[in-house]
Amino acid sequence: MADAKLEFVDVTAGYGRSMVIHGVSLSVPLGGGVALMGHNGAGKTSLLRVAVGLLPVRSGTVLIDGEDVTRLRPNKRVARGLGYVPQGQLSFPQMTTLENLQLVTTQRSAIDEVLDTFPALPQLLSRRAGLLSGGQRQQLAIARTLLTKPRLLILDEPTEGIQPNVVAEIEAVIAALSSRGDLSVLLVEQHVGFALRSTGSYYVLESGRITSSGAGGPGALDAVRAAMAV
Amino acid sequence: MESLIAPLLNGTADGALLLIAALGLALTFGQMGVINMAHGEFLLAGAVSAYWTQGVVSNTNISILLALPVAFVFAGLLGLVLEITVIQWMYDRPLDTLLATVGVSLGLQQLFLQHYPSGVPVKKPSLLDGQLDVFGYAWPLRQIFTICLALVCLAGLAALLRYTTFGRRIRATVQNRPLAETLGIATRSVDRLTFFIGSGLAGLGGVAASLIGGTNSQLGTRYIILAFLVVVAGGLGQLRGTVIAAWAVGVSTAYFADWTTGSLASVITFGLVVVFLQVRPQGLFTIRTRGLA
Repeated sequence: MADAKLEFVDVTAGYGRSMVIHGVSLSVPLGGGVALMGHNGAGKTSLLRVAVGLLPVRSGTVLIDGEDVTRLRPNKRVARGLGYVPQGQLSFPQMTTLENLQLVTTQRSAIDEVLDTFPALPQLLSRRAGLLSGGQRQQLAIARTLLTKPRLLILDEPTEGIQPNVVAEIEAVIAALSSRGDLSVLLVEQHVGFALRSTGSYYVLESGRITSSGAGGPGALDAVRAAMAV
Repeated sequence: MESLIAPLLNGTADGALLLIAALGLALTFGQMGVINMAHGEFLLAGAVSAYWTQGVVSNTNISILLALPVAFVFAGLLGLVLEITVIQWMYDRPLDTLLATVGVSLGLQQLFLQHYPSGVPVKKPSLLDGQLDVFGYAWPLRQIFTICLALVCLAGLAALLRYTTFGRRIRATVQNRPLAETLGIATRSVDRLTFFIGSGLAGLGGVAASLIGGTNSQLGTRYIILAFLVVVAGGLGQLRGTVIAAWAVGVSTAYFADWTTGSLASVITFGLVVVFLQVRPQGLFTIRTRGLA
């Protein structure tokens, strides 16, 4: 697909001899958002790890901007505009909030710009990331990834296990990023309604295979629920 | 008074030398988790560098200063070659790393023996020939030089880890390698540079060791196990713990040696560290975080 930011072509991948992704093809359009949904254990996180380069591909091709990146290491994919917010509010716990951000850049103006999006973080800059709450750590994880200036943002369950008032803040940020137009978003999210509101299309993954796909928006809610109920 | 002061000062100098050897290990073992038994031979490489430098620059006061960067680079390059040829294939297999680097250690010792069967006679700089009077004890300037060198190494390493982008990337790679990679950090390059610096620090220790005692093929063997113990007892990844443990080992060994013999003193110290690790396996210092982090 000529206008795809990220494309999977018949990708099969797994851990050792056990394959968890089976011949998946999907694409994330340039400047658009895609929601990837499915039950626990469907292979969503594994598919994202394939996109990032953390899980090697057994067969098939991964393309970013039409370039084959299947064998590229994760850091090289970041250089090509891929940003990844992993599941579990991951941070470098022994480093301060500021040091976490400075891993990407030491440019203060760039850090300040990203911090404007997350009002809770500026007061926590000198606190060790390991001492932050789950919601604060997730905001840090998103801020840190945004500092890499991604053109394709991959988020793995960004609101999982976070208290409701912080969830609303994170959802607002993701919705704003998705509607920017210059950023492609691939979102794995358990909150189906939010995921569909924030993206233009969806895929449903079950047992490592795409079982349903279509245009997003509130009207897709029933179709997705039906696909996931099967 | 002198009988109390002398072991304290001598032990502090021994501890300083041990600290320089342990600082390199604090990086390669404490941060990266690599059990490199050939680390001691990088001290030997530092001593050989001091000897070679004296062969080129005859003024011992100048040559010892020149020997420091030469030793750092030479030992660092040896470490880099070891990382590229052996260790990078074994990051997930600590036992294999241990066995392979023991082999490398023996090989390097043999190589040294073939070229310098009676050791390398490094001449002591005339500027460091004197003593400083401390409560009646004539403290050799060479020992004070070793302590200063250890402090410079410690400050340099601490500043590198805390204030530089490369230092932050070392810490990030150690704490969560996949996450570091997904932020664009080239973790393989970080590994190699970390190994270079860790090994280079051992080279500096070798220069200091060549000024204090004789330098033969067993120089590395003398320090390697104690250096590992110091890093573990201090708490992995904790520089302040490494400093305290190195000083405590150096001073306690010196006091025990004063009361018994040198060999018995080492055995007693070794035993005390082992008992300490039984009681506190995590070492002197640990880092507290919330559960998920």
